[in-house]
Amino acid sequence: MVAAPRKRVRAASLSAWIALVPMVATALGAYVLTILWTARVSVSSSRIFPSGDFVGLGQYERLFRNARWLLSLENLAIYGLLFIAACMVLGFLLAVFIDQKVAGEGVLRTVFLYPYAMSFVATGLVWQWILNPELGIQQVARHLGFGDFTFDWIVQQDKVLFTIVIATVWQASGLVMALLLSGLRGIDEELWKAARIDGIPKWRVYLSIVLPMLWPSLSTAFILLFVLVVKLFDAVVAMTQGGPGTASEVPAKFIMDYLFGRANIGLASAASMVLLLTVLAIVAPLYYARHKAMQRGVK
Amino acid sequence: MNKATPGAVARAAALALAWSLPPAQATQQPAAPQPSAKASARAPAGAPLKATVSHWWTSGGESAAIRQFADAYTRAGGQWIDQAVAGADQSRASTINRIVGGNAPVAAQFNTSKQFRDIVDQGLLNNLDDVAARGNWDNILPRTIIDAIKINGHYYAAPVDIHMPAWFFYSKAAYAKAGIQAEPKSWEEFVAQLERLKKAGLIPLAFGGQVWQEKIVFDAIFALVGGPELYLKIYRDRDLRAVASPAFRDVLVKFKALRAYTDPGSPGRNWNDATALVVSGRAGVQIMGDWAKGEFTSAGQVAGKHFGCFPGFGPRPPYMVAGDAFVFPKTAKPQIVQAQKLLATVMTAPGPQAEFSARKGSIPIRPDVDMSKLDVCARMGIEIMQDKARQLPNAEMLLDPDLNGALQDVLTNYWNRNETPERAQQAFAQAIRDNTW
Repeated sequence: MVAAPRKRVRAASLSAWIALVPMVATALGAYVLTILWTARVSVSSSRIFPSGDFVGLGQYERLFRNARWLLSLENLAIYGLLFIAACMVLGFLLAVFIDQKVAGEGVLRTVFLYPYAMSFVATGLVWQWILNPELGIQQVARHLGFGDFTFDWIVQQDKVLFTIVIATVWQASGLVMALLLSGLRGIDEELWKAARIDGIPKWRVYLSIVLPMLWPSLSTAFILLFVLVVKLFDAVVAMTQGGPGTASEVPAKFIMDYLFGRANIGLASAASMVLLLTVLAIVAPLYYARHKAMQRGVK
Repeated sequence: MNKATPGAVARAAALALAWSLPPAQATQQPAAPQPSAKASARAPAGAPLKATVSHWWTSGGESAAIRQFADAYTRAGGQWIDQAVAGADQSRASTINRIVGGNAPVAAQFNTSKQFRDIVDQGLLNNLDDVAARGNWDNILPRTIIDAIKINGHYYAAPVDIHMPAWFFYSKAAYAKAGIQAEPKSWEEFVAQLERLKKAGLIPLAFGGQVWQEKIVFDAIFALVGGPELYLKIYRDRDLRAVASPAFRDVLVKFKALRAYTDPGSPGRNWNDATALVVSGRAGVQIMGDWAKGEFTSAGQVAGKHFGCFPGFGPRPPYMVAGDAFVFPKTAKPQIVQAQKLLATVMTAPGPQAEFSARKGSIPIRPDVDMSKLDVCARMGIEIMQDKARQLPNAEMLLDPDLNGALQDVLTNYWNRNETPERAQQAFAQAIRDNTW
């Protein structure tokens, strides 16, 4: 009698494992093998076609001598910091706002989340027009009588990156709002009652009690935003094509350019590997911390 | 050329669909004047030679142009299966993937350039030596084109058009408004005219601030101001001393001087939006390839009447040669080899060449073509092409895509940043050193 349930458990886990096989095979084939293949190509002198020779770290050396690559990494760091910070703050404020049981909550939620549902290839064009000094905000303001109103960031070398931050924050902060709102809704009413009885101001409750409790939602939001940062491509292509000059260049666009237009898959693969390692270095500890936190939460 | 027209994908797909149907009326058509060489490559009756053709011509004028080839091929006993991919880079990438994947198209478009050199080196293309011999390519094609498509003594691509990427197109209305009577004869006159256009309250130079367009304008200035000798020394011979020379510095300075005549909206602007500024008379002049004529034509403007064109300054400016060509991926299947030869023959024959060029805005690859349908600019181009000394290969024919791209990066930084010409010279040399290995 004692052995029977254990056997049943083993059988169940076996069938679970069998069910997982296609997924594991896909993951191995689609991710691990392609990563290995990319790693192999990145140490060859491949141009249009993958070639089998070995040039050591030659492509990597070339990559880090390439001013455009270095600039794109720098851009990504600046963009990433601003974008994630702005999305988090804005998303949190929106979530708190909706959490006040405002009228028309459903409509507002849809409005805030809607940009995230749209492809940036489509909306990027609109943003490009809005920001274009000859067509958009600047021109409208000048027509309204503000003769020397200037808002031409999109054509300024040192400000163009901010326009991409603005447009993508518009797109992604709704996502953060949705995640944090579900977190807020998970917080016990009793806590609020207790805080009211103690006479703690609302902002203080949010900052000191609610925010720490939202940690799992916050880290999920961070990881999703971080992924958006790393794969940033369509917003740049739609709005600035990396310009003016190379001022808004990003790694994903660099890789695509070298992969296709410049027929140099060796260098593109080396860049992809650098990007992958960077992501792992940042995301892996975070996942680990989140996993630990969740485990503690369960216990 | 480099222009991508994503909006036309749907239309291209529809075209592709329509053309993949069996050509119903084709068999009833009377035998129109056909290329004489075609007879030897004709398909056996009843079995049309199927040919999948990959290309990136999806805009209105472009698809009308390639349809001429499709129709001519059908008349010659083939069956054209159109596989348009919007965007030149994407189209070439898809071709290469299909070659690697063992599902190559029968024919695929590339620019007449070094873009397909690697595929040749890997032995993945069929050569066209017998088609070329029958068509007498050695004698009728321009030298610059032969240099790009004849590799190790074999022809590996069928050229279909000649584009000149560095025309000057100007609005006659804008010129009249600024009180300019004649086309400029020198760089100094050109700059003086830009100044007058500026004074008249117009945008002097319609400029599309995208990397490839900046490169086109630079190359035009390079060839005109620096002269073909310096141009070839740097682009063909990769002579680093020439890069460091004062003459090249002067080219860079003059190129950057144009920046004062562009408008604030130019960064990121598409080439056709820049052309639209000239069409509407808001801007004076644009430096762009002859595909820009399509924009003027579709706005109902006529070359020589509403807008003018000149290929450069002085009595004998160089004529930069670029263009498109089709390559034929390797296969041993006799049916496909036959289809490839028939395609190459049809596309380079005088009849289809005349029809194609009139719609594409380019000029034919051979001189024995009916030129009556071509516009003033194209006819001017043909006249210039007869003087072999004026033919100058464009940068893509001399540089592989990687180095060409690296030089684009250097130039766009120089154009857009507060960077000295000396710094640009160094970066230029560095790019050449880094990309030769």
